[in-house]
Amino acid sequence: MSEKKYWQSFGELNNSEAYQQSAKDEFAEELPVEANDKGFLESATPRRDFLKYLGFSTAAAALAASCETPVKKAIPFVNKPEDIVPGVSNYYATTYVQDGDVVSILAKVRDGRPIKIEGNELSPVTGGGTSARVQASVLDLYDTARLRFPTIGVGADAKEVTFEAIDKAVGEALLAKSLNVVILTDSITSPSTKAILGEISAKYNTVKHVVYNAVSYSGILLANEATFGKKVIPSYRFDNAKVIVSLSADFLGTWLSPIEFAKQYAKGKKINEKKPEMSKHIHFESVASLTGSNADERYLHRPSEAGAVALGLLNAINGQTVSVSDPKLKNQITKTAKILADHKGEALVVSGSNDVNVQIIVNAINEALQSNGKTIDWSTTYNTRQGIDADFAKLVDDMNAGNVGALLIYGANPAYTWFDADKFKTGLKKVAVTVSFNPKNDETTQLCKYVIPDHHYLESWGDAEVKTGHFSFLQPTIAPLFKTRQWQDSLLKWSGSTSDYVTYLKTYWGNKVGGENGWNKVLQDGVINPSATSFSSATFNSSAIAAATAAIGSAKKGGKFELVLYEKISVGVNGASNPWLQELPDPVTRATWDNYVIVSPALAKDLLKIDLTNNGQADAYEVQPPKKVVKVTVNGKSVSLPALIIPGTEANTIGIAIGYGRTKEIGKSAEDTGKNVFGFSSLNAGTINFSVADVTVELTDDLYKVALTQTHGQYNTAQGNRTEIMKELTLADFKKEPNGILEDRDKELAPYGGLKDFEKNGTIYPYYDKPGIHWGMSVDLNSCTGCAACVVACHAENNVSVVGKPEVLRFHDMHWLRIDRYYTGDLENPKVVFQPMMCQHCDNAPCENVCPVAATNHSSEGLNQMTYNRCIGTRYCANNCPYKVRRFNWADYTGADSFPDNQVGIVNDVVLNMNDDLTRMVLNPDVTVRSRGVIEKCSFCVQRLQEGKLKAKKESRPLLDSDIKTACQQSCPTDAIVFGNANNQHSAITIARTENALRTFYSLEQLHVLPNVNYLAKVRNLDSEEKDEWLKDDKKEDKKAEPAEKK
Amino acid sequence: MISHRSTTKTIILSTIIFLSFSFGNIAKAQDGKALFSQNCAACHAIDKRLTGPALLGVQDRWPDQKKLYSWIKNNQAFLKTGDAYANNLYNEFGKVPMNLFPNLTDAEIGAILKYIKDWKPAAAPTVGANTPAPEGDSTLLFGILTLILAIIAFTLMQVNSNLRKLSADKDGEAYPEPVPFWKNKAYIAFVTIVLFLVGGYFTTKGAIGLGRNKNYQPEQPIMYSHKVHAGINQVNCLYCHGGAQDSKHASIPSLNVCMNCHMAINEYKGPKFYTEEGAEVDGTAQIKKLYEYAGFTPGKPWDPSQAKPIEWVKIHNLPDHVYFNHSQHIKAGKVQCQTCHGEITNMDEVKQFADLSMGWCINCHRETKVQFKENGFYSIYEKYHEDLKNGKIDSAKGITVEKIGGTECQKCHY
Repeated sequence: MSEKKYWQSFGELNNSEAYQQSAKDEFAEELPVEANDKGFLESATPRRDFLKYLGFSTAAAALAASCETPVKKAIPFVNKPEDIVPGVSNYYATTYVQDGDVVSILAKVRDGRPIKIEGNELSPVTGGGTSARVQASVLDLYDTARLRFPTIGVGADAKEVTFEAIDKAVGEALLAKSLNVVILTDSITSPSTKAILGEISAKYNTVKHVVYNAVSYSGILLANEATFGKKVIPSYRFDNAKVIVSLSADFLGTWLSPIEFAKQYAKGKKINEKKPEMSKHIHFESVASLTGSNADERYLHRPSEAGAVALGLLNAINGQTVSVSDPKLKNQITKTAKILADHKGEALVVSGSNDVNVQIIVNAINEALQSNGKTIDWSTTYNTRQGIDADFAKLVDDMNAGNVGALLIYGANPAYTWFDADKFKTGLKKVAVTVSFNPKNDETTQLCKYVIPDHHYLESWGDAEVKTGHFSFLQPTIAPLFKTRQWQDSLLKWSGSTSDYVTYLKTYWGNKVGGENGWNKVLQDGVINPSATSFSSATFNSSAIAAATAAIGSAKKGGKFELVLYEKISVGVNGASNPWLQELPDPVTRATWDNYVIVSPALAKDLLKIDLTNNGQADAYEVQPPKKVVKVTVNGKSVSLPALIIPGTEANTIGIAIGYGRTKEIGKSAEDTGKNVFGFSSLNAGTINFSVADVTVELTDDLYKVALTQTHGQYNTAQGNRTEIMKELTLADFKKEPNGILEDRDKELAPYGGLKDFEKNGTIYPYYDKPGIHWGMSVDLNSCTGCAACVVACHAENNVSVVGKPEVLRFHDMHWLRIDRYYTGDLENPKVVFQPMMCQHCDNAPCENVCPVAATNHSSEGLNQMTYNRCIGTRYCANNCPYKVRRFNWADYTGADSFPDNQVGIVNDVVLNMNDDLTRMVLNPDVTVRSRGVIEKCSFCVQRLQEGKLKAKKESRPLLDSDIKTACQQSCPTDAIVFGNANNQHSAITIARTENALRTFYSLEQLHVLPNVNYLAKVRNLDSEEKDEWLKDDKKEDKKAEPAEKK
Repeated sequence: MISHRSTTKTIILSTIIFLSFSFGNIAKAQDGKALFSQNCAACHAIDKRLTGPALLGVQDRWPDQKKLYSWIKNNQAFLKTGDAYANNLYNEFGKVPMNLFPNLTDAEIGAILKYIKDWKPAAAPTVGANTPAPEGDSTLLFGILTLILAIIAFTLMQVNSNLRKLSADKDGEAYPEPVPFWKNKAYIAFVTIVLFLVGGYFTTKGAIGLGRNKNYQPEQPIMYSHKVHAGINQVNCLYCHGGAQDSKHASIPSLNVCMNCHMAINEYKGPKFYTEEGAEVDGTAQIKKLYEYAGFTPGKPWDPSQAKPIEWVKIHNLPDHVYFNHSQHIKAGKVQCQTCHGEITNMDEVKQFADLSMGWCINCHRETKVQFKENGFYSIYEKYHEDLKNGKIDSAKGITVEKIGGTECQKCHY
C-alpha cells in the first residue's frame, strides 16, 4: 500500500524545482535583511544608526518600565447571585437558530459573558456535534456592526427612536388604512412564534406569512407533495443505509442537516476490526464538494445532466436502458444502480437538486429501493426548510403591482439573496410600511423604513422544533448588549397583547411541560425529545413520474461551459461578516477570505493556459498568490473572479460560492471579499435553480491575490516527507491483509528494534518513566469528514488571533489545528483524504532541543509545553518541527504591546476590529493572549486538562474520561477525535488504540519523535487497490506527454 | 431579601456552622469567646437585644441549667416540652426559631456560658500599636566611615605623589609632573569599574523587582480590619472569601455578605485599632461608611438594589500570563490561607505578605507535600505508592508538588 503517492499541491505531484526550493526554505518570503556590496555602513540603516536606536530604545524601555505600578481595583458584586461564582463557568442549554438551521447547544458563560459554544449531547438530532458556523456564532454576538437601536427612516434619514415611538408609529401605520400585511421570514421553527403569528393575523384581517429560504429546498418539498401528498421533508437515516448515493447533495457540509447526517454517516464508516464492514458511498457531482471528497467513489457529470443521471439510475434499477450519451458516465450509472439494487431496503439516494422533476425521480428511485420507511423516516419531518420559491416570486410580483401595504421582514434578506434583487428592491419602494427585524444593516434592512433589530440568539428566549417532536429551547445567556428587542415582542405589542414574549412562551409551554418545575427542567436540558422513535413510511403515488421524465428529457442541453453555485461550509449565506469563518480555510479549496471560480485541471489548460503537468506553469500558478481572473457572464450579467484549479471538478464546469460580495455595513470582514453571484441563479418552473447550463467564461488580463493555505508549512527532507504521514487502504485489502499497516510499520522500524523496541532503541536519549497521567489523542480518519468545526472551536477556545488576508497571503496564518488535504490518484478526479493536524506533543520532540531559552519543553504528563513569556522568538522550533504546526506572531495581532504603532500599517482593519473592547469580550480568560514575537501552538487545551484534574482532585477520585474533552473533540460531529489518559487501561483513548490496533499509525513515526497523537488509517469501501498507473510512471517525460483525460 | 431575613440568617448560620465544622482544622480554638463569635454572635449580643435576647445573666434567668443546655442544643425540641419560659421567649421574639446546635458539646456550651458570665463591658482603651523601639541601623555609620577612610586614603595618595615629586626635584631627578587625579587613567578606570558594578547591581535588582510589590499596603475605601473580623471575632476566612474553595479567585465578598452580619452589628465595641500611620480608627464610622455604600438605614429594611459597589484596591496582583487557582490550593492542596497571605488575623490593614515572585512559588512547590495518600486522585501514581512503601522514596520528604510535575511551565502558564 505504500506505493501510493499522496500530494498536497501540484508542485509536489510533479516534484517541481519550485516545490523543492520552497520545501527547503524556512520562510516563504525573503527576509528583510539589508546588505549590499558596500557594507553595512552604506545601507539604509547603517551600523551607527542601529547603535543609536539600540541605545535610545534601551533608555526608553528603562524609563517606561520605571513608571509606577498602576493601581488596580477589585469591585465585587453588590448582591451576588447565588449560582454565580466569579471565575467559574456556567453552562446554559440554548439553541442556535440561524438561516433555518437549528442546533441544540450549550453556551459556556464565564463571568456573565458567553465565550464558547458546545454541542448539547442530550439532543438526539445532533448528539453533541456542532459545525464551524455554530462554533463561530458566539463571535457574532460581539460583532461591532450589529445594529444598536431601533430607527425610523431609510438610509441617511434613519433616526434613533425609542421602542415606544416606533411601536406607536408602526402600530398607527398598520392600522391607518386596511393594509395588506405580509410577514416575510426565514423558516419559522418556533411553535410559540407560530402561535403569535396566528394572533397578529387575527388582529389585522389580511396578514399573510411568506417563508423564504435563501438556499431553497422547494424542489424536494414540491416533489414530496407530488409523490407523497405531503409538502414536507422526511428524516433521512444515513446510519441505516449500507449504500449511500448522493446526487450533488453536500450532506456532510451544507445540505439540510449536515451535523446530524455526518454523525449518522460516521456510524456507517466506523470499522470494527474483527468484522470489518462499512457503508459504501457513491457521489455524483459537478464541482468538488466536501461530501464528494469523502465519497468512496466520486463520479463527475455536467450539471445539466443531473436529471439524466437520476433518470438513468431509476431506469437501470428497473432494468431499463440508460439513455446517457457519455459511455463512461453510463457505465458508472449502471455500476451504481447494480450496487443499489443489490441492497434494497438498506440503500439511500439523496439529491441536492432544487428541480422538482429530479426530486420526483429520486423519490421514485428510493421507492424502487424500498428505502421508504427504512432509510427514510416519514414519522419525523424537518421544519427547517419550508420556503416555496413560487410564493416569494408571487410576493415580489404583488409588491411591484402595489398590492402589498406593509412588509415585515425577519431573517430574510432578498435584496441580497434573491436572483432578481432589483425587482425586489423596486417592489419594496412601492410598499408603504417596511419593517426589518434583521440584526444588522444588511442589504434589505437598508431599504426598510422601520428597523427594530432582533436580539442575538444568545440573548433571546425561544423555542424551536427542528423535526417533528424534537423541541429545543432558547434562554438568554447574557443581558442584551444593545437596545434591541426580540421580534416576537414587537409582534405581540402590535397584536395588542399586553404580555411580553417570555411570559407568552412560559404560558405556551406551562401546561405542556408540567408547570414551573417542568419548565425549569426543560430549560436545564434544553431539549424535549419524542418518547419513541418508530419509523413510518408514506404512500407513494407514481403518477407524477411520467411528467417528470418528460420534463427531464426536454431539459435544456448544456452549453460549452456550465456553472454551479454552491454554498461554502464556512461562510454559507450569512457568515461573511464573521472573521473566524472568513479565515477558516475551505476544506476543499484551502482558500480563505474570498470566493473564486473553481475550474478543473482540464479547463485550466484550455482556458487559463496552465498545464499542471508542466512544471513551470504549475509552479507559476501555485507559488504566486496572484491568480488569473476570469470573467463569467450569464444573461448579460458578469462577474470577474480569480480562478482556482480544483481537481475533482467536471472538465467544463465551473463553480462559484454564494455568500460573498456583501454590503460593507454588515462588518469589516465582509468588506471587499468576493463577489455576489446570487444573480446568476434563476427561477425555473417555480423553483430557484443554482446551476446555469450555459455560461460564457473569458480569461482576462487581471490578476487577483487569493490567500491559499494549501502550500503552507511544507516538510520534505531526507528523513521524511509530509505526504508519508498518510496511511490509507481499501476495505478489500483490509479484509485480505488486516495486519498490513502493522507489518509496514514494523518493517520500516526494523533497523531500530522494530515496533516493540523502537521507543527505547531508536534513540541515544535515555528512556523516561511516564508516571500518573500521559495524555494521548486518537483521530479516526475514517470518520473525519473535514468539516472544520474543530478548527473554529480551537480558535474560540484558545484565543487564536485572526490575522487577516494580507497576513495569510504571507504564510502567517495562525490556526493551531489545520485540516490537511491530500490527493491521490488521477489528477482529474483524485481521491481525497483529510487529516486534522495539530501539535503531536511528541515525547521526543525536535522543537524542544533547539530552543535556546527552554521556552518549549516537555511535561511529565507528555505535553509539549509552550511558555509564551519565556519565548524570545528565534523560531528555531518552528523550523525543526516536522509537522509544521508551530505558529509565530509576526505582528501585534492582539494589541498586547504597549506601543499601538506596532499595529499601524501591518495588520488590517479586520484584525484591529478583533481588538475592539466589544469583540474582546469573546476571549477565554483562562488562556493568555499572545503578544508579538512569540511562537504558539496547540496545547491539548491544557486549561481544560487542568480544570478536569482539579475537579477530580476536589472530589478525591481518579480522573475520568468525562472530566476532560478538548475543544476539537467536543465540537466534532462524528466523534472522530478521542482524547484521554493513555496510562489508564480503561480510558477511551487506550480502548480506541487497542480496539483499532490494526489501523493505528503515527505520522512520521520513523523520525522517532514519538507523537502522542495517533491516527487511524482511512479505509475506503472499494473492491481492490486501484493502482495509480499515472503516478507510478517514474519517467517524467512520459508524464508530461500523457494527457490526463485518458485516465 | 428582607422578607426572607430569618431564612437568610438560618442559611448563613448553618453555613457558618457547616464551615466551622468542615474546616475544623482551621478553626480549632475551643475557648468560649471564639465559640460565642462563631455560633451565637450573628443573632445575640451580650448586652444588647438583637434578633435574639441579650445574653447577659442568661444563666440566672434559667434556674435549671439542664433545661438551658437542651434549649441551646435543640430549641425546637425543647419548645415541644411545653416549658412556659421558653415558649414565652419564643413568642416574644416573633417566633423566629433559633438555630439548632446539635454538635455543641456540654463542655463547649459551658465555655460559652462562662464567657458570657465573665464578660465585662469594654474597659479603658487598650494600648494601641506598640511603638517599635528604634532599631540600631549601622549601615549609615559604616558608609560614612568608609567614605571618610576613602577620602583619607585618596589624600594620602595625593600627598605621597607630591612628596615623591618634591624628593625627586631635590635629588635633581626628572620626575614627571603629577597628573591631576581627574586625568589619572588609573583613577578613572577604577571609578568606572566601581560605578559599573554598583550601577549594575542596582539595575539588576531593580529589574528583577519590577512588578513585585511585597509589603504593598494601599489605603482602602473603608478601613476594614481583618484583625477585628478574622482575628478577634474569628470569622472564618471562607465565610467572606468563599470563592477560594470553588474558583480561581478567592473573590472579595459582595455587599450582601457584609450586610448579613452588619444589619445587626451597627457599632464597633472592640479594642481600639489604628491605621498604619498611627491614627485611631473609629470602627463605628467605618460601619457607617458601609451603610452608605449599601444604602442602608439601621432599623429599616435593606434594599440591595440601592447599593453602590465598593471599589477596593486590589493588593495581590499577578501578571496576566500566570494562572493561579485558589481552590487548587485550598481544597485540593489543603494549604492554609496564612501560608501565602501571612498573619492576616493580626493585620488591621492588609499588606502583601509574599513577593508573589515565580521563585517564591517554585520554592514552595519544591518543598510542599501533596495529599498523596489522602486524595483518591493520586491513586493513579502506582509506582510512587510502591516506592513509598518499600522506602525508595523518603517518606519524610514524601511526594512533593514538584514530584508530580508541579514545577513544569504549563502548570501555571497557558
